[in-house]
Amino acid sequence: MSEHQINPSADQDRRDFLKTSAGLAGLALAPGVLLYGATAYGRPADEPASSKVRWGMLIDTTKCSSGCNDCVTACNTENGLSGKTGPQDSQWIRKVHIKNLQNGVEHDLPMMCQHCENPPCVDVCPTGASFKRADGIVLVDRHICIGCRYCMMACPYKARSFVHEPLHDQVPDVPRGKGCVEACTFCVQRVDKDEQPACVEACDKAQHGAMLFGDLNDPSSAIAKAVKTYTSTEVRADLGLNTGVRYQGI
Amino acid sequence: MARFARWLKLAVLLGVAAVSAAPLQQASAEVNLPGLENHKGTKCVDDEDYIRRHHPDLLRHHRTEVVHQGIRTQKYSLEGCVECHASKKTGSVASAKDDFCVACHNYVGVQLTCWDCHASKPGKSDVVPSEAARTSPMMTSVQSEGHSQ
Amino acid sequence: MAIKSYFEATSAYGGAKSKLFWSLLALGGVVVLGTLYAFFTLEHHGHILTGMNNQIVWGLPHVFAVFLIVAASGVLNVASIGSVFGKKMYKARAPLSGLLAIAMLAGGLAVLVLDLGRPDRLIVAMTHYNFKSIFAWNMLFYNGFFAIVGLYLLTLMSRGLKQWSKPVGLLAFLWRLALTTATGSIFGFLVARAGYNSALYAPMFIIYSFGYGLAAFIVVQSVMYKWNNIEVDVAILARLKNLLAVFIAAGLYFTTILHLTNLYFAKQWDYERFILLDGGIYTTLFWLGQVFIGGILPLLLLFSPSAKKNPALVFFAALLVVIGGHAQMYVTIIGGQAFPLNLFPGFAQSSSFYDGVIHSYSPSGWELMLGLGGIAIAFLITTVAVHVLKFIPEDDFKDIELAKH
Repeated sequence: MSEHQINPSADQDRRDFLKTSAGLAGLALAPGVLLYGATAYGRPADEPASSKVRWGMLIDTTKCSSGCNDCVTACNTENGLSGKTGPQDSQWIRKVHIKNLQNGVEHDLPMMCQHCENPPCVDVCPTGASFKRADGIVLVDRHICIGCRYCMMACPYKARSFVHEPLHDQVPDVPRGKGCVEACTFCVQRVDKDEQPACVEACDKAQHGAMLFGDLNDPSSAIAKAVKTYTSTEVRADLGLNTGVRYQGI
Repeated sequence: MARFARWLKLAVLLGVAAVSAAPLQQASAEVNLPGLENHKGTKCVDDEDYIRRHHPDLLRHHRTEVVHQGIRTQKYSLEGCVECHASKKTGSVASAKDDFCVACHNYVGVQLTCWDCHASKPGKSDVVPSEAARTSPMMTSVQSEGHSQ
Repeated sequence: MAIKSYFEATSAYGGAKSKLFWSLLALGGVVVLGTLYAFFTLEHHGHILTGMNNQIVWGLPHVFAVFLIVAASGVLNVASIGSVFGKKMYKARAPLSGLLAIAMLAGGLAVLVLDLGRPDRLIVAMTHYNFKSIFAWNMLFYNGFFAIVGLYLLTLMSRGLKQWSKPVGLLAFLWRLALTTATGSIFGFLVARAGYNSALYAPMFIIYSFGYGLAAFIVVQSVMYKWNNIEVDVAILARLKNLLAVFIAAGLYFTTILHLTNLYFAKQWDYERFILLDGGIYTTLFWLGQVFIGGILPLLLLFSPSAKKNPALVFFAALLVVIGGHAQMYVTIIGGQAFPLNLFPGFAQSSSFYDGVIHSYSPSGWELMLGLGGIAIAFLITTVAVHVLKFIPEDDFKDIELAKH
């Protein structure tokens, strides 16, 4: 592994270039094509998600500004959330403003389900509705969820929301309804089509560049390289959850 | 003993009545079968009787595949059903009394909870409403196995 | 009326008490009707009508439910002391203790089920188990408890099975220890929250269950005796009151250790300051409710010289323990959620999702109706069972002699 970075060869450069351009071409074509299933890394639709992949996100808080809510808006639109912020409204991603109590230094960052490797929410769910998919995305199977909210008690990041009222006009790709618990899904409906989560795409489109999404297990992916190059931390790292979402700059 | 004999007689009487009444019911019942006319295309993704009988199991199996494994084949996709069967009037499969799912489920008296969460109207999904019935040119041979044709 | 005379013939009381029975039934029935109305309203409109939200996810119904469940396992203690530890005085009380255990557990579980987001999925909960979840284990323990205590009652009250009461009683005792451990661990296993992640929760809930269970038993027994003009013998009264005092003291001990240890960890200071000092309602309920009304005041009453001869004092002390127990559950369940999660230690945090601020909770009437329904269901089961079968403890002179030693 380390040889790739310390001694890049010309072959490796060529390989990287080909992969990148092929990947870019694929990304450009994918949304327009009636996708039968050309997922990233060529996973056809009838093949299950695999643990060879581990989806992760790297957030550069130095590039995240306090007035910006692009990621939140994009998430709400993509997933059909109301966007309201009352005590009973669902928020899958939120902007958190933190201020160092000693020296007053301030940061902003988006906080969402951290897609832990050892998720407390999965451990406590009595029916197994809260589960971790093979590729690391933590999801709620709302066919089995009984709405007991124990996972909401267990989550160290307060990532989950409970749907308090009957919903109408859901987005067809994102079923959600009253009485079940929900949280950020890394836009699994997009990831399975070789697209980026809506928040990352919005941040990219607006040229902020604070969010990076990709396969942590693929050493050639941008995120795997960034995680090896720059120091990043997990929020509440002392809990030993090995989160999929990591933060730079705090 | 006499009491038991009485119970037995009553039970036999009831049994005979039930058995004889059944054909009577079917013959005389002017039952309005649900109108299932709202669909695009000409055929369902599979044999209609098979789908009618087995769609609960097919959907239940498919949902486990989709949610837990990320297998998003289109044949038994719920969005696919909605795409074809949405009523031309209401645009939905479950909003009015005679919309596709509701009409049949009201008739048989089976509660529907799918539409608590799932969108009952087609939207921006990449499901292909199949004019040519079962397989679209995008599908591989893996999918056309099974009960099609 | 045929039904009425049947009850008269079989009940321990006789005809004059039927009027009392029917009015008690009506009272419980009205409350349960209110609970069902609340349940159907919430099921239709969603939890948006309640005060519970994404910050306080378990509210007033859970306070009542968890208290009933904890007290239910504790109330079986009275029977266990008889069957398992062989103390004869308690043997006469065993059937009532078993009945109360079943009734209170049923009431508590009913509230939990009625509060689910999708109660129509109860069958799913019964058939899909994630065995890593202590909640799933609880479901098995609760259902097993009904079966085992039901069997235990059979061995106590039916003629041919009395020799089985000891082994079944032992099984019931061990089962309820596991059950209460699992109930405490619902909170103890939560690593995320300052108020919860402690191994102490399992044994603490066991001790709480001893105290709440015995207190509930004394309350019910005293009321039953009063309505039947039975005098409890002072020797038995003394035994019961001393036992209750021991359990209350043990409960206070665990509470002290929990908070003392927390005070030792710098990272827990903010939480402790919240509960012990400036948490508003939670501080009041902790000191006044849990510690004073639920602990110190009953101890003073129980150890006062006149308590030995005055059953009313013991009844009153037991009632205070029950009230204090509800206060403790409120502080534990809701106070633990009101204090915000600390995602970034050393930083002040704020967001649109109520990070960094104390979460507010104002319970709605619907939640109160759900919670009271639990008590009403337990009440109804007890009333009907006591009316139909011989549950009221009747003491032998021999037992009273034994109790004196």
